[in-house]
Amino acid sequence: MSHGLLLTFEITILVLAIFLGFEVISKVPTLLHTPLMSGTNAIHGIVIVGAMLVAGAGHKDTLTTIIGLVAVVLASANVVGGFVVTDRMLEMFKKRERRDPHS
Amino acid sequence: MSREATNLLYLVTIVTFVLALRFLSNPATARRGNQIGAIGMLVAIVVTFAQNAVVSYWEIAVGMVIGGAFGAVAARKVRMTAMPQMVALFNGVGGGAAALISLAEFHNLAPDPGTLKTDISTSIMLSAIIGSISFAGSMIAFAKLQELIGGRPIVYPLQQATNALLFAAVVAAGIAIAAGAEQQWLIWALVLGSLLFGVLFVLPIGGADMPVVISLLNAFTGLAAAATGFELENNVLIVSGMLVGASGTMLTILMGRAMNRSIANVLFGAFGQVAPSAAAAAAAGSSDGQVRSASAEDVAVMLAYAHKVVFVPGYGMAVAQAQHDVRALADLLESRGVEVSYAIHPVAGRMPGHMNVLLAEANVPYPQLKEMDDANNEFSRTDVVLVIGANDVVNPDARSNQGSPIYGMPILNVDQSQQVVVLKRSMNPGFAGIENPLFLNPKTVMLFGDAKESVEKLASSVKAV
Repeated sequence: MSHGLLLTFEITILVLAIFLGFEVISKVPTLLHTPLMSGTNAIHGIVIVGAMLVAGAGHKDTLTTIIGLVAVVLASANVVGGFVVTDRMLEMFKKRERRDPHS
Repeated sequence: MSREATNLLYLVTIVTFVLALRFLSNPATARRGNQIGAIGMLVAIVVTFAQNAVVSYWEIAVGMVIGGAFGAVAARKVRMTAMPQMVALFNGVGGGAAALISLAEFHNLAPDPGTLKTDISTSIMLSAIIGSISFAGSMIAFAKLQELIGGRPIVYPLQQATNALLFAAVVAAGIAIAAGAEQQWLIWALVLGSLLFGVLFVLPIGGADMPVVISLLNAFTGLAAAATGFELENNVLIVSGMLVGASGTMLTILMGRAMNRSIANVLFGAFGQVAPSAAAAAAAGSSDGQVRSASAEDVAVMLAYAHKVVFVPGYGMAVAQAQHDVRALADLLESRGVEVSYAIHPVAGRMPGHMNVLLAEANVPYPQLKEMDDANNEFSRTDVVLVIGANDVVNPDARSNQGSPIYGMPILNVDQSQQVVVLKRSMNPGFAGIENPLFLNPKTVMLFGDAKESVEKLASSVKAV
């Protein structure tokens, strides 16, 4: 695939992702806006893929090694922290062990 | 692994992320959604390990152990009241990672000027600029929320001119590089400039505007991740980054709307600045009503004999860590047959949905947490409203006083109820220094003191009724 063609595919995907994002997120109730924020925080931890590609490349100089290592550290903290915090939060949202107040 | 297989497996990750967001539409399924998203992330990590381009593993392993351990410990240890700064922190590290990836890519791909394709160098610039701003901005937001630096707006002369110049310089450097001036020093300068801009741009923004800023920085990190996807020609990064970008943008718009302020006004308005003159104007125009304070015993009697009580929590409840005591008081009232609910303003607290999380932590069942519109429909048949550490979001000047800096902001119309009780530390005006005529309303009584202590006193007095 030529480079220009690839780019047009990427842009197509990007635009569709924008619409998909707004569509899905507009259905999230305000009640869950904090978990939405920390959940999307976890999702942008996907930069770990890029960090791994930099850090795991062969034949790289010291500067790249250092930058790659730090990038993996930051991205891993992002991934693990994001999902764990979101899980902790969502665990708390409960409907109720409803005791009847009149009984 | 072949590139085709890699891309298909990345698609699995994309699907899990969409499902994670889809499941967030209902509190009953939200947690499962998050777990599905985590599995998708794991798939992406394993697939990346198997990529042919990844040949050296120790750097990745070391980085993951350090970062993962930090993330896990921080996420487990953090108190729910400190959640806004934790969200800011994790947001910042993501942006920082995106910026670092761009630095490394540029360093490796452009040993000599003129070797990079324009679209690749453009996306490297975008990711470096946005990621750096997001990193530095989030760290300042973290420091403000953690109270390492003052929460009040920090302003100095020619602030906006300085920021605008700095930003223009950064963009100019980015354009120069993308256009072919691929000098290594230039991208380092660009990153440093972006970091500085991130710091300067969040510094003047006050605490009460944090929900907007955090949402915006969230969108920035998403965009940085998407730009990283373009530079690495990687779909999972493009789609995931844009999903986050869309989410952050939408939250930013919603928060701005909930304050009736444009995003530009929040970012460049330095809200605290308008306070003195506005407070003076409001004071001049306000009635010369009296502030009446009540004892916990008086208020307890009101509550105990009410049919319907609505709690209106604000940042003050978070600061005092009073959410568990509020829930205990609500339980007591419910056991006496009082109908209890909570009215949540979208910008109460320091991030979107802040109050909901705190009350959920205190085991408040979420059907009792009412959004602003639903809550406003109920105030007219409410006997007592208990305002706990909230101020601007119940200020009637937003409805009626055109001179007020918060005029036009949608508020909780607590003054439509029979009786309002305001729990407040003292008569000091709130964050923005704006006078609140609600306190002078004949329906209102003040209960002065620390929110936590006041609520505890109320609970013991209700027991004694």
